[in-house]
Amino acid sequence: MLRQEFNRVDPKRRNNIDYKKRQFAQANFELQEYKHRLNFYAIPPTAEITLEEFEEWAINRLKVLGELEACTFRNRTPEETASYMASILDKYMPLRSNSSRSSTLDDERKRDHYSHFILRLAFSSTEDLRRRFSRLETMLFRLRFKDDDSRERAAFIDSLNFDWEKVSDAERKELGSELTAASGLGKWGEEEGWFKVEWEKVPELVEQRRVLLKRGMAYVPQREQMTLVVAEFTRRLDQNLEWTARALPRLDEDDRLSPILHHLSKSFTAPDISYSTSDALPGNLHPNASNIDALSQHFPLCMSHLHSTLRANAHLKHFGRLQYGLFLKGLGLSLEDALLFWRRSFRNMTDEKFDKEYRYNVRHSYGDVGGDANRRGRGYTPYSCQKLLTEALPGTGQNHGCPYRTFSPDNLVALLQNTGISDREVLKGVREDVGKQRYHIACNRVFDFTHKKEIKKVKDEGLWSASELDTILHPNTYFKRSFMLKHLGEERQKETNSQDAA
Amino acid sequence: MPHSVTPEPAAPQEDVVLPDAPASTDTDSSSASDETPGSVKANGPTESDKENVKLDDMFDDEEDDEFSSSMPTSTEEPSQGAMPRAISAKFSDPEIMRAFYQRLFPFRYLFQWLNHSPSPTTDFAHREFAFTLPNDAYLRYQSFPTADLLRKQCMQLLPSRFEIGPVYSTNPRDRKTLRKASAFRPLAKELVFDIDMTDYDDIRTCCTGASICNKCWSFITMAIKVVDAALREDFGFKHILWVYSGRRGAHAWVCDRRARELDDSKRRAIAGYLELLKGGDKGGKKVNVKRPLHPHLERSLRILREHFQSDVLTLQDPFLAPEKSSHLLSLLPDAGLSSALSRKWDAAPNRSSASKWSDIDTVAESGASNTLDTKALKEAKQDIVLEYTYPRLDAEVSKKLNHLLKSPFCVHPGTGRVCVPIDVERVEEFDPLSVPTVTELLGEIDSWDTNNGKAEDGKKLDDWEKTSMKGYVDHFRVFVATLLKDEKSGKREREGGDSMEF
Repeated sequence: MLRQEFNRVDPKRRNNIDYKKRQFAQANFELQEYKHRLNFYAIPPTAEITLEEFEEWAINRLKVLGELEACTFRNRTPEETASYMASILDKYMPLRSNSSRSSTLDDERKRDHYSHFILRLAFSSTEDLRRRFSRLETMLFRLRFKDDDSRERAAFIDSLNFDWEKVSDAERKELGSELTAASGLGKWGEEEGWFKVEWEKVPELVEQRRVLLKRGMAYVPQREQMTLVVAEFTRRLDQNLEWTARALPRLDEDDRLSPILHHLSKSFTAPDISYSTSDALPGNLHPNASNIDALSQHFPLCMSHLHSTLRANAHLKHFGRLQYGLFLKGLGLSLEDALLFWRRSFRNMTDEKFDKEYRYNVRHSYGDVGGDANRRGRGYTPYSCQKLLTEALPGTGQNHGCPYRTFSPDNLVALLQNTGISDREVLKGVREDVGKQRYHIACNRVFDFTHKKEIKKVKDEGLWSASELDTILHPNTYFKRSFMLKHLGEERQKETNSQDAA
Repeated sequence: MPHSVTPEPAAPQEDVVLPDAPASTDTDSSSASDETPGSVKANGPTESDKENVKLDDMFDDEEDDEFSSSMPTSTEEPSQGAMPRAISAKFSDPEIMRAFYQRLFPFRYLFQWLNHSPSPTTDFAHREFAFTLPNDAYLRYQSFPTADLLRKQCMQLLPSRFEIGPVYSTNPRDRKTLRKASAFRPLAKELVFDIDMTDYDDIRTCCTGASICNKCWSFITMAIKVVDAALREDFGFKHILWVYSGRRGAHAWVCDRRARELDDSKRRAIAGYLELLKGGDKGGKKVNVKRPLHPHLERSLRILREHFQSDVLTLQDPFLAPEKSSHLLSLLPDAGLSSALSRKWDAAPNRSSASKWSDIDTVAESGASNTLDTKALKEAKQDIVLEYTYPRLDAEVSKKLNHLLKSPFCVHPGTGRVCVPIDVERVEEFDPLSVPTVTELLGEIDSWDTNNGKAEDGKKLDDWEKTSMKGYVDHFRVFVATLLKDEKSGKREREGGDSMEF
């Protein structure tokens, strides 16, 4: 497909071939062999496939990637993800090990190989797509790497020829307890084999302080090998995606593939749980600078906490402002009202200071100022739970993030009690959820409790479809649903009115 | 110029005129008044450039109140007779700033530092500078082929400070003429760290907010020691420049080539490696580390332990107030112990922190609690030491390749102090309150000229050599020289390596 200089023409023969025929000089159409189940996707496929296969294989892979992404949104643990994905993988993209001796082995691997490269073409066009594709492909690779047969995995790693330096016994003795302390392996560490690599190769392990660092070298235990391999996979994929993106404009193509590719990348852009402001806000909601206090009863805990902090301190730190301000933007608060709201909220501040240090930021987040892209995109979109749950924890003096995650359980319970939730069962449930790191479940539990009556009503009367009561994954959805539930009658009134009018 | 007026009536009038003073400052009559409104020039490009300021880059919280007061609280300023009027001057007074950039700012070494070579390269020419103008407009994407042109621009615009950004793939000034936006991307920047005293507000008792004294500066001293040790020993970086931020913090610039070329994910990894304290104000226990301690933490604890005894327990007395000591109790693992201590301390309200700290062990040994786990207690005590001493980095600054940071040797507009380098070998001796202010320095030039002016017939001295800036600039010069030497040999190695391959 693209960039396949290597593995093509024997350099010695190069001069004998007419340049036009050069790419056909060797029988590249012969089927590739797939010795290993796992694949680093270094060599692009060259055989012919039908357009139907092209599309079908790509869509199947896309389904798998989509489900994987959904798992991260739902905050599933790696184990849960693995068990959930098993059936999906089996259905759309089975990939069996050598030992299974399945007759379709080669076909499975071929599909895997081709679909990867097709999606590469489809998702290399923009930075955003590249990043998401690389993230999900990495997840998929990790998933497969983990459940691979250990002997085959070792053979696969050998085939990659990494030049990782082994730590000699003498050096291992010298480092002694430091090695085991760093890796957190305890006694087992002593029998472990160790690699020595530049720390840049294992940023994840460094970030979590799980390796010993000495003068720029990281000492990686054998069992963390996966991190190394996965990091290498990501690194190569990122680089290749970049190259693909550069080659894409020169794609030698009649117009059969590009519609498919275009369509594929389109269907991949949606799943991020975004919340568009136009997304049918209740008609009776008119947020302005002065009624935020009243509306705050419908806010999820993350936002009501920021709101009360703002009222108490007359100030919020940067990320808090960003998180809360964008939430209010998602409520439909206009820029003028937002400016007025923030100006009034920072009540101990001079106009001059506000104008100098804050006004621009508010306008920037609405896309009123800033670079071309920012203005055209109308500023930033409100943060989803996913975003709040994955970003770094707040530092001292900061209040942003999801309280279910950032608060210690005791403080969380105290905060919930302050908002009027004293039901023992609910608080106990929240504690359990938080203990299992299911923060959004805890939040939904609180929502269900505080809106018990209304939810029962809409369920009993069949007013809302089940999808409208799905798990909340966005603070603005929380607000909207809460607001609508508490204003049930009015909405319906209006509807009937309009029906009458019609 | 006001600072060139000497107090001694006996001094001959000619001495007042500086030998190399430019024409503009020679006109004594016009510039003699401190209150001359700033000759604010070149507002033209400001408006359009301001549009491009990225929200995140622009204001972090550290800056929320950093520059709120335009007047220094300079009553404790040592009033050297030489400049009685200058003290009352606003530090960013245009004339003072002009004289500062003209006579004191070491542009030559700044150039060498960023250029990594004696002759101009793109390392300097494609480097972004951002100016904060006297009217507080913020001018981004400035770049200069040489040090002289940077100096000229500084003298023309008289920025109250300027910041240094990354080296871009093309000249930042040409970014709008590029056909593709992706052709303009940041390539390299020093790895930077920012430690700010505001993050210590919940544990320091001597000062709050913007103010600082020698007692709380010791927090910064220990932070520097710990971070410096980790960067050198663990990551193998050699060229680390520590700079006083002008008021109540310190910056680090890691200038090794390997550090400059790190991408965002690796910067994030280093920041994560160094970050320990997690959780906002309501997060409860801030230090949660697994045992055995990672060697980096083990070493940090060794460094910090003695500081905890002397600087924290004695000088800060952090557990004196009842609510503070109850926080201490909440960090202990054993309820029986906590309540015993609580009773004891309630009986003696003014018990010092050092006594309270040793009480923990005495009460524990006296067997006040029968459920006590001594190992857990020891670990909890280690955690407490870390919570009260471990560096609190403003990690966001370090995580982004394109984050701007104030240049060394700028004048802090609030205090007038010059952002001088800190010699990490003698970090204990560094006293932020004795760092010279810009007005003092200008006074020193004058008094030096008065004393030695005409008699000097050897080689002409640079103006900074006549002042207390000399030590700091010399330190910087040596730092830059070592860096350049390494760069040069590194380059030769690389070139040599390449030639072998061809």
